[in-house]
Amino acid sequence: MTTETTMKKSEATRRVRRALLFVLSLLLVAGVWEIYKTVGPEAGGKIFGWKLLPRSNNHAMPHVWDMLTRYSRPELRGSDRKIWSVVLAGAWFSFRLALVGFAIGATLGLGLSILMARFKIAERGILPYLVVSQTVPLIALAPLVVSWGGKLHIAGWTWPRWMSAAVLGAFLAFFPVAVGALKGLTSAPSASLELMDSYAASWWQTLRKLRFPAAIPFIVPSLKLAASASVIGVVVAEISTGLKGGIGRLIIEYAREATSDPAKVFTAVFGAAVLGLAMSGFVTLADMYMMRNRPKEASA
Amino acid sequence: MRRNKGWKLAAGVVALSLAAVACGGDDSSSDAPASNAPAACETTTPVKLQLQWFTQAQFAGYFAAVDQGFYADQCLDVSILEGGVDIVPQQQLADGAVDFALSWVPKALASREAGANIVDIAQIYQRSGTLQVSFKDKGITSPADFAGKNIGNWGYGNEFEIFAALTKAGLDPAADVTLVQQQFDMAALLAGDIDAAEAMTYNEYAQVLEAINPDTGKQYTADDFNVVSYEDEGVGMLQDAIWASGERLASDAAYKDTAVKFVAASIQGWAYCRDNAQACADIVVAKGSKLGASHQLWQMNEVNKLIWPATGGAGMIDAAAWDRTAKIAQETKNLEGSTVLTKAPDAEAYTNDIVTAALALLDGMGVDTKGSSFAPIDVTLNEAGA
Repeated sequence: MTTETTMKKSEATRRVRRALLFVLSLLLVAGVWEIYKTVGPEAGGKIFGWKLLPRSNNHAMPHVWDMLTRYSRPELRGSDRKIWSVVLAGAWFSFRLALVGFAIGATLGLGLSILMARFKIAERGILPYLVVSQTVPLIALAPLVVSWGGKLHIAGWTWPRWMSAAVLGAFLAFFPVAVGALKGLTSAPSASLELMDSYAASWWQTLRKLRFPAAIPFIVPSLKLAASASVIGVVVAEISTGLKGGIGRLIIEYAREATSDPAKVFTAVFGAAVLGLAMSGFVTLADMYMMRNRPKEASA
Repeated sequence: MRRNKGWKLAAGVVALSLAAVACGGDDSSSDAPASNAPAACETTTPVKLQLQWFTQAQFAGYFAAVDQGFYADQCLDVSILEGGVDIVPQQQLADGAVDFALSWVPKALASREAGANIVDIAQIYQRSGTLQVSFKDKGITSPADFAGKNIGNWGYGNEFEIFAALTKAGLDPAADVTLVQQQFDMAALLAGDIDAAEAMTYNEYAQVLEAINPDTGKQYTADDFNVVSYEDEGVGMLQDAIWASGERLASDAAYKDTAVKFVAASIQGWAYCRDNAQACADIVVAKGSKLGASHQLWQMNEVNKLIWPATGGAGMIDAAAWDRTAKIAQETKNLEGSTVLTKAPDAEAYTNDIVTAALALLDGMGVDTKGSSFAPIDVTLNEAGA
C-alpha cells in the first residue's frame, strides 16, 4: 500500500516537472526569437558569402507579443470574430478530418498487415508497392484525388470535397500501421506458435489469441506515427486543394496578407502545431487506456 | 481478458471512423448551392464551376449570379468550387469533374495543346490586369528600364508577359535582367529584394497600398510607386475566361444549351456587379472571403475595369487580342528556352457561338451587355485591407 502511494506521488511530481519543462522550453524558444530580433541583422546577413542569417525586421519576424496579442484581435477589422476562435474552429475542422483519415488509414493498414502475415506471397507482392506509394509526392496526388472524387456518384451519394483531404491523410497514415503491424504479427515466438499448432488451433484462432496480442507493442507506436502523419496529410491536402474550413486553408489565406499583417499567419501556424500535439496526445491517451493492465516494463 | 485487447483496438478504430464520418458530414453544406429555382422551371440542371482560386471579388459575377437568382432564372443549379494551390481548373474540366472552368487563356491553351479538349466560350476579362510595380526612386517607368534590375515574377506560366515586354524592349531576359522568383505576398518588394514586383491590379498592388511605410508611419500611396501595365505596353495576354468541354459541346445539345444559359446568367451577374460594386463586394464577403472589406471593394472595382466597357459585348472573344495572346505564347521564350505553345492553337480553341447566343438572350431581357457608360468608383484602401 505504502509503496503504491509513493509510486503515485512520484508519478504526479514527474508529470508536474514535465509540464514545467514544456513551458520552460516554450519560453526558451520565445526568448531566443526575441534575442535574435535584437542582435540579428535587420536585412539579413551573409556568412562566407551565403545568405544564411534570416532578417530580423518586424515583417519577417514579428515580436512574440505581437503574435500572441493578434489572437485577441478580430480576424478582419469590422468583424466581431476574434482570430483565436477562427483558428480554433479551423484546427477542430482539420482534427476531425485527420481522425477520419487516421481511422481509414489504420483500418487499411491493419487489414493489409493481416493479409501479408497470412500469405507470404501477399507480403512479397504488396510490400514493395507500399514503399513505392510513400514516394509519391502528396501535392501531385491531391488534385488527382479531388478530380476522381468529383466524378464519383454512387446511388445519389456525392463525394464531399473534405473527403479528399481525409483520404490523403489516410494515404500517409496507413503505411506505418501496415509495416508496424506486420512486424508485430510475425513477432510471436515460434515456441508459442508451435504450442498453438499442437492445440490444432486454426490460423484465425492463432491470430486472435497469440499473434494479435503479441503485436500490440508494435502497433501502438505505429499508430502514433500514423496519427501525426494523418495530420500532415490533411493540412497539406487542405493547402493543396484549397479546402475551406481547415487550418491549412487559414495558413495560405493569412500568408497572402503577410505584406501588411505579418503576425496573422503565425497565429494559424501555431494552430497547426497545437493540432499535431492534440492528435498525438489523443493516441497517447488511447495507448494508456489499452495498456493499463499490462505489466509495466522497467522504465529507464 | 488480455486477448480481447487487439479486438478492442480494432473495434475502437472502426467506431472512431464511423463517429468521425458522422460528425464530418455537416461541413459540406456550407458550399452547397442555394436552390431557389422559380416555379417556372420544370427541371433544374446542376452545373459545377471551377474557380482558379479562393472566393474573392475576382469571381464576384458568378457569386452575384447565384445570389441574385440569375442562374435560377435560367433553370440552372450552379455550385461554385473554389480552387487551391495545386488545383488546375482546366484539368478538372478535362477530367470531367466539373462542367465549366475559369482559366487564363495561355495556360488553358497549353493544356489544350497537351491534349485537353477544352474551348474558350466567353472571354470575361477583356484586358490583362498584370502590372510590374516598383518604388519611385528606382526610376522604372517602362520595360526598357528593367535592364540591370531585379525583376520579380511568379513563374508557373505567369511570367510570359514580362518576357514578351523585355523582348519587345530589345532586352535579353537571360542576360540583361536578374529574374527573382516571387512569393504570393509583396514583402520582397517592400524589403528591397526585388526592384520591380509582378502584381495584379486587383490584388497584389492593393496589398502594397495597404502596408505601412515605416518612414512615415502611414500607408504607402500610389505616389510612392511606378507602375508598368502590360496591357498598355501592348503585350497583355487574355486572362479569366470561361472554358467548356469541347467534346460535350460537339456531341451533347443539352450541354450546349446549358452553356448558353450559364454564360448569359454569368454576364448578367457581372453586369450587376458593374452597377452595384459595393453590393457585390458584400456578397463575396458573405460567401466567406477572408480578405478585408476595403481590399474586396478595391478588387471588385479593378476587376470591373478589366471587363467593362466591353465594346463588342461582354464575353466576346476579340480575334486581335486572341491572336496576340497566341503569338506571345508561341514566340516568347522563358529562361529555359521554352514557350507556352509550340504551335498556333487550332481554330476550335475558341468559339463566339455560345456567347453570341447568350448576349442575344440578355438583349431580349434588357440587360446592358456593353457597359459603354461604365465609370469606375473611387476606393480608399484601409490599413491591412480592413
